[in-house]
Amino acid sequence: MDNPYLPYPVRIEEITIETEDRNIKSFRVVFLNPEDEERFSYRPGQFAELSVAGTGECPIGIASSPTESGHLLFTVNKAGLVTSQLHNMQEGDVMGVRGPLGNYYPLDEMEGKNVVLIGGGFAFTTLRSTLVYMLAPENRDRFEEISVVYGARDEGMLLYKSELGAWLLRSDIQLHITVDCSDDPFCQYHIGFVPGITEQKITSAENSVAIICGPPIMIKFTQPVLEKVGFLPEDIIMSLENRMKCGIGMCGRCNVGADYVCKDGPILTLAKLNTLPKEY
Amino acid sequence: MKLLKISKKDFSDVLNRLKDSYRLYGPVRKGNIVDFAPIEDVSDIDLSFQNSRLSPKSLFLPQSERMFEYGLDPAGDEAHILKEASKDYSPKAVIGIRPCDAKALELVDANFDTPEFRDPWWVKARETTTLVGLGCTSPCSTCFCTTVGGGPFDDAGLDVLLTEINDAFLARVLTEKGEKLIKAANTFEPAEEELVQKATAIEQEAAGKIVSKVDTSRLAEIDTLALHGADFWEDVQFACINCGICTYLCPTCWCFDIQDETHGRVGCRMRNWDSCMFPLFTLHASGHNPRGQKIQRVRQRFMHKLKYYVDTYKMGVACVGCGRCVQHCPVNIDIRQVCRLMNEYEGKVPKVS
Repeated sequence: MDNPYLPYPVRIEEITIETEDRNIKSFRVVFLNPEDEERFSYRPGQFAELSVAGTGECPIGIASSPTESGHLLFTVNKAGLVTSQLHNMQEGDVMGVRGPLGNYYPLDEMEGKNVVLIGGGFAFTTLRSTLVYMLAPENRDRFEEISVVYGARDEGMLLYKSELGAWLLRSDIQLHITVDCSDDPFCQYHIGFVPGITEQKITSAENSVAIICGPPIMIKFTQPVLEKVGFLPEDIIMSLENRMKCGIGMCGRCNVGADYVCKDGPILTLAKLNTLPKEY
Repeated sequence: MKLLKISKKDFSDVLNRLKDSYRLYGPVRKGNIVDFAPIEDVSDIDLSFQNSRLSPKSLFLPQSERMFEYGLDPAGDEAHILKEASKDYSPKAVIGIRPCDAKALELVDANFDTPEFRDPWWVKARETTTLVGLGCTSPCSTCFCTTVGGGPFDDAGLDVLLTEINDAFLARVLTEKGEKLIKAANTFEPAEEELVQKATAIEQEAAGKIVSKVDTSRLAEIDTLALHGADFWEDVQFACINCGICTYLCPTCWCFDIQDETHGRVGCRMRNWDSCMFPLFTLHASGHNPRGQKIQRVRQRFMHKLKYYVDTYKMGVACVGCGRCVQHCPVNIDIRQVCRLMNEYEGKVPKVS
């Protein structure tokens, strides 16, 4: 019997400090046993429990894409016990990864459609996975227009800056980066909140699906913008977070109504969310 | 199904023989409280109890259980790599489990043994344990098993069911595991028809003694959001002090926490019982808490047992009517009353602003 609580051992290969406040770091990890990589077959939107022996586990969205083989990427905001310990770890250290867990963005069902990705703050991680996946040469033709609205507090808080620069130069995606405010008179990004920029840039819902991932306040104000343009609740896809332990629907804490965020989510459509109590 | 009998005076011999091939667990009296414990001396088993204070769920989901072990010494082999903690899964027999508690194990199976994931520790403990149930001839006043799909002599989840008849037990052998245990016990004789008739009369009489009832018939059809937004939760939660005794005693409460414990350069990952009554259960690292208020936690407990479980598994309510939470709640919150409020609820989905 496979033990679903047993993490795969991994080695931290590279740590990148993502943000100016040094509170968000990306961890590139490689499996110690190559056969574990095959068993860890994942899709954009899924998460994993990062395990630090002696401290515990925490659920983190997978920021790498299945099209990038050889490693996994996790972008971690320092917030609690395990994430703080992770931030103290160094390249070469051994930790554990348990997963992949949860469901994933319904990218197969989105074939032939326009895709709108809306992300805010450090919730851009699984959207990075999605974007890298869709932009891979073997996948790009499966989708029509790809638009991205990504916002952060200021320039220093944007994740994956070198990749953002490269994506801005591509003609096959519309990337709109915005910051809440900036001291820089020559700021190269939009200035304003995500809902406002979404309203300016996303003007049609025709044949489109939107994925929103961000802080609750951003979601709260972006949702009506999308609905005004004509997005149906079935076509607005969100990723939820709740406190988790087991990640496999057994420990009982992350439920929203009868659904467990870890097993039945984290990806839920707005249509589904409308049928559930607001316990997230 | 085989019908056998054993006289009470031979029962200790039976238990002693079983000890050769099983680790025995049974009800043991400590002061006024009976609880399930490992049996060293078979005379410790006390079958005169109504029900144990704690449910025997801890034999399958221990209150604290080692999951993994690891070393933290960087010079050591495989430092920071988790290894499964070794455990004894030799055959175990639980003597005298009540039918409600056995049925509870079946209800909890739905959570731990799923098509997607199997909890290895729960599944192994279940597979290696034989349950010898003891029917209830004198149920408590708070028992309501007969209206939640069970009964004082219900055989769900059991391998053998014993009915006490004066100086003997009638044993119904219900499963292969039960057959094996009876074989190891080796003293049972076929039960004569008269004894079986006597047993049936006792069983019917016992069921008649259970007068406390709940109606669960409408729970599945009522809208989740309507129930969730019902105004009666305010009254239900008013007296609750979130002590967690209900979840602690409940045979179908399975929620757990996972924690790492270290001592020097070695550590283990543990799982411990947890409770939806505690704010920490759902507290995010950000400080946000989706069930930060008491009313939300009280509602969660009842909604889980009487609505979410019903909808998810289609196996009825996650309550076996053992009455422990009713007896021991310090502020007299009564699941039967809450179930009635839920089942009779006619309200609509509240408007969310």
